[in-house]
Amino acid sequence: MANQDDAVVGARSEVSRGPLTALGAAAPTKRRKTPRALRSLLQNRLAVFGALMLVLVVVAAIAAPVLSNQDPRKGVIVDGKKPPSWVKGGSSEHLLGTDALGRDIYTRILYGARISLVVGIVAVLLAGAIGVTLGLISGYYGGRIDDVIMRVAEIQLAVPFILFAIAILAVLGQGLDKIIITLGITGWVTYGRVVRGQVLAWKQAEFVEAARAIGARNLSIMVKHILPNTFASIIVIASFAVASTILAEASLSFLGLGVPPDVPTWGGMVAAGRDYILTGQWWMYTFPGIAIMLTVLGINTVGDWLRDYLDPRLNNM
Amino acid sequence: MTRYIIRRLLQSIIVVLGVTLLVFVVLFQTGDPVVLLASPDATKEEIEQIRHEMGFDRPWYIQYADFLGNAVRGDFGISLRQKQPVFKLVWERIPATLELAVAAFVLSVSLAVPVGVISATRRNSIWDNLSMGLALLGQSLPVFFLGVMLIFIFAGKLKILPSYGRGDGGLLTELQHLILPAVTLGTFSLARTARLVRSSLLEVLGLEYIKTARSKGLAERVVIMRHALKNALIPVVTVLGLEFGTLLGGAVITETVFAWPGVGRLVINAIQQRDFPVVVGAVTIIAVVFVVLNLLVDLLYGALDPRVRYS
Repeated sequence: MANQDDAVVGARSEVSRGPLTALGAAAPTKRRKTPRALRSLLQNRLAVFGALMLVLVVVAAIAAPVLSNQDPRKGVIVDGKKPPSWVKGGSSEHLLGTDALGRDIYTRILYGARISLVVGIVAVLLAGAIGVTLGLISGYYGGRIDDVIMRVAEIQLAVPFILFAIAILAVLGQGLDKIIITLGITGWVTYGRVVRGQVLAWKQAEFVEAARAIGARNLSIMVKHILPNTFASIIVIASFAVASTILAEASLSFLGLGVPPDVPTWGGMVAAGRDYILTGQWWMYTFPGIAIMLTVLGINTVGDWLRDYLDPRLNNM
Repeated sequence: MTRYIIRRLLQSIIVVLGVTLLVFVVLFQTGDPVVLLASPDATKEEIEQIRHEMGFDRPWYIQYADFLGNAVRGDFGISLRQKQPVFKLVWERIPATLELAVAAFVLSVSLAVPVGVISATRRNSIWDNLSMGLALLGQSLPVFFLGVMLIFIFAGKLKILPSYGRGDGGLLTELQHLILPAVTLGTFSLARTARLVRSSLLEVLGLEYIKTARSKGLAERVVIMRHALKNALIPVVTVLGLEFGTLLGGAVITETVFAWPGVGRLVINAIQQRDFPVVVGAVTIIAVVFVVLNLLVDLLYGALDPRVRYS
């Protein structure tokens, strides 16, 4: 694809000064890196808001049993369809109201945060591991194996992701682990292509040749010398990938695929509330929807800042 | 140039073959459709009989070769559920999906370019901050949630737009039915494209030749519209090609929310019913559309940016 070639060209022009910074300048500044990053983050108001959002979600996920004493999976049917506590007819028992089965929406949102975060983080780690490995191999060895890997990537890009995920889930069946595997398998392509492009540029760098001259093996050159130079891009891609993975999980849950219906997921809650759009129980889908939106918004703003800070070249992602 | 096109065509064919193989093998694992087809009290022999008649007892690669041979002639088999040719089923639904995707695409591009341009030229103005804030929000909004909220507001509260289906008869009703799904599907891509136009234009505006154009005394409007925008749109065009494909795929969720009778809903239903031939046929056809679009975008890209060499 044309933009990929473009990225390679861009990376290549970097080579002449790249190794210098990697060898010379990077080491001494390392110690001061954390405060500098923090200062840069604090200057970006949106990113601060995003970071606070994320802290909130993480706290909700970890402390769910402390923040609510109700059962997210069980409810009393007679308590069903109760509006939020501040609306007429609401009760103080149920801050954000209840769903059709009488389950507390607030509690289910807290526990839903667990699913979103676990799926988002683990699936991204899996996709990253697959993508970085294949990208390294593809870029480093080139030739036949590069052709095969890049062709597989293209094939995967040619099927709309959601159809591909549905097909895989149809084979694997329901379950949290299956959704993670599915999103992991479908998500590797971006990492693979970006890492490959950078490896193509870096493998001609002088320090790589120096390493080869003193007899370093291929594996050690790839992992010790080339890989660290791609970390910035990988982190930026991964941060956005967590957002898109959480959206994808919510979409699959909304379609009723993947996680069994009694497990509280934000997407599943919106799907369940959908039947009540025209009957007026707006709280059933509005609150979980807002939870997804704020979480993804938080990750995206932090991701924007990370990109500007670490790797502005990825701007057009 | 001709050689480049031929090579890209061959690559595209390989990609389409790969997609069919992938989907075929994946679905082959999902289980035996015959069990679902036979009546519940069918004996083992009867099930065997059906399986043999439909050719499901052959090894998968024979079935795949069979499928390919027929597919080349436009024959994607017969739907197990609806007993109709798959090609006909998919073909009937393509206009609905295409209509939705095109409407969303037009909506997104026609708004994204002006919004992005105005934001870039008035950097850090209220307009810029507001529109980019909304764009960030639009990128974080799940498609299905946006759809549900739009139904709640425009069909539930205001009661001015229909909440499901494609409408029948009359251009006006059909347009009314199209509005909410198109907005739902187009918002994400609108947000992403507007941000991309903005950042790309900002980058170009910092280049030397723009300073030259300005110092020649050209009107700012000419500098932006004639000089800067053309280069700024190059990365946008690349992404737009992919964007249209994403819209075709994203239509699956939008079609589910609005009960829109398109290919996406056909596929989801077919998967739930294990209507094997429909799934493979529909995904193959979608993949062909996607691959052709990518090819066109690559060629267009070359026309826009002479620096791209066909090699």
